[in-house]
Amino acid sequence: MKPQRLLHEALQFSAARAGNAGKVAVVVEGKPYTYGDLLDQALRLSAALRSRGLTRGDRVAIYMDNTWPCIVSLYATLLAGGVFSIVNPQTKADKLEFILNDSSARILLTDGHLAKEFLPALPLVRQPLTVIASGQLPASPQIEAFDEVVRNTSPGEASREIIPLDLAALIYTSGSTGNPKGVMQTHQSMVFAAGSLIEYLRLSEEDRILCVLPLAFDYGLYQLLMAIQLGATLVLERSFTYPAQIFARMQEQRVTVFPGVPTIYAMLISSHGRAPLSFPGVTRVTNTAAALPDEFVVKLREIFPNTLIFKMYGLTECKRVSYLEPELADQKPGSVGRAIPGTEIYLLSPDGKPVPPGETGILHVRGPHVMVGYWNRPDLSEHMLKPGKLPGERVLCTQDFFRMDAEGFLYFQGRSDDIIKTRGEKVSPVEVENALHSIAGVREAAVVGIADPLLGEAIRAYVVVEPEANLNDKQLRVACAARLENFMVPKEFVLCKELPKTATGKVSKKLLLQQSAPA
Amino acid sequence: MSIEAKIRAYIAENFLFGEADQLAVTDSFLDKGIIDSTGILEIVMFLEEQFGVKVADSEMLPENLDSIGNIVKFIEKKSGSK
Repeated sequence: MKPQRLLHEALQFSAARAGNAGKVAVVVEGKPYTYGDLLDQALRLSAALRSRGLTRGDRVAIYMDNTWPCIVSLYATLLAGGVFSIVNPQTKADKLEFILNDSSARILLTDGHLAKEFLPALPLVRQPLTVIASGQLPASPQIEAFDEVVRNTSPGEASREIIPLDLAALIYTSGSTGNPKGVMQTHQSMVFAAGSLIEYLRLSEEDRILCVLPLAFDYGLYQLLMAIQLGATLVLERSFTYPAQIFARMQEQRVTVFPGVPTIYAMLISSHGRAPLSFPGVTRVTNTAAALPDEFVVKLREIFPNTLIFKMYGLTECKRVSYLEPELADQKPGSVGRAIPGTEIYLLSPDGKPVPPGETGILHVRGPHVMVGYWNRPDLSEHMLKPGKLPGERVLCTQDFFRMDAEGFLYFQGRSDDIIKTRGEKVSPVEVENALHSIAGVREAAVVGIADPLLGEAIRAYVVVEPEANLNDKQLRVACAARLENFMVPKEFVLCKELPKTATGKVSKKLLLQQSAPA
Repeated sequence: MSIEAKIRAYIAENFLFGEADQLAVTDSFLDKGIIDSTGILEIVMFLEEQFGVKVADSEMLPENLDSIGNIVKFIEKKSGSK
């Protein structure tokens, strides 16, 4: 049997397995598509991408919602030998332009309803760019219709040039410097990571995995990758915005795996409080992105009476670091568990010395799932990837502080940067501050995260406006919403006369929080 | 103010931040990227207060809530059947 080496071989193998061509691979908002459909459409689009000049290693930006065209685009890019980058559909024109230029994408696959953001970005893209859009097209001669392109191209063959060390994806993630950075992941890393996750989550081809998380987020993306690698079924929804629709779909589609983040669980639990919910068919519930409070676990057991609950920890730079076996949840409260299968983790002090059990150190991760680095950012790669045990080897220094007990179980202690985690998404305060500074009339701005029961952390902005500017919090919110993804728009604006500074003249966020602790 | 005007004003104020003129009655809030899961709860609270209706969790569906037009129809139906 041929082993799976490349990410898209999962699709080819699953579709070729006896009787599987007619098996449903994905259900998108209730509509089923088979493995045969997915491979056929992906091979057509793949041939179309190559005929439009895509060659091995070229980047393809996929700026789409959780839709069928998005999934076809992802596999088509890989089959053509390209590198995909899924861009969150909430992304605004400026950041989209940054990503298109930073990745020097050759092709943009998008949806007509996002035209308001992508049209202004196109003239600013420095390299020639082919644009193919699904849905209703804006009037522009540059843009081709997704459906027609797929329909009018015959299925080609998968690229034969790619080896496991080639890049499969650039996954953009918020950086503490303000601009997003593209995490480079190879085919080998991603195939390995998907396999490791499948193993510890005890998934099988019978599973029906729900995904309400954006495919632009690696946690959402891997639900798809795992489902296809298993030959299982993904039940894809656009978002968790309309919970009643999700609940109905879970029943109708007999979902067995529920991946979420604490904000989603908080909403689920609050809904359960109004009218009891019960999903006995769900056998795996997974949580990552932020800690799952203990009181949530009690409620989740009522909602999912037959499930295992997995607490996990990870970062895009290696996909996932650790998981806690559900059977050990009571014995190891507060822990995010041990290294995922096939990987190793250890703590080092800031000067690189081993840390004894029970003491705090910086988490290091070793394994085939670690990224190659950040695209175009050797300086940042240097900061996160350090020399490992073997000559030439690089391990991931997460820059996060943990404690580890004698059995290797991890306990999160804190971050070394000031990234805000809100609704499970990472937000760079600098990125929000930059957006505020670009508003006419804003003199100074500082952004912090404050504890919030629903969001994990809520974003609060302290703003000093020019006296003649006459800006209020509503106008600031308007201006932010035009520049940032929704989850990055501050929930609160505090207008100040000045911002407290440290001796070196930097804004002191510590003093800010002390001065304005809410009454 | 008509139901539609009230809803439009609320959406404009809280989610579109003043740009409601650009929002057609049938525009999907999801497509326009203006509402997310916490936003929908705020809309429901507004509808309950403003129109004296009770929105069950099972009614929190796109066909009831995902555009100004859908909300108007939903509120008319709810108010009529009270």
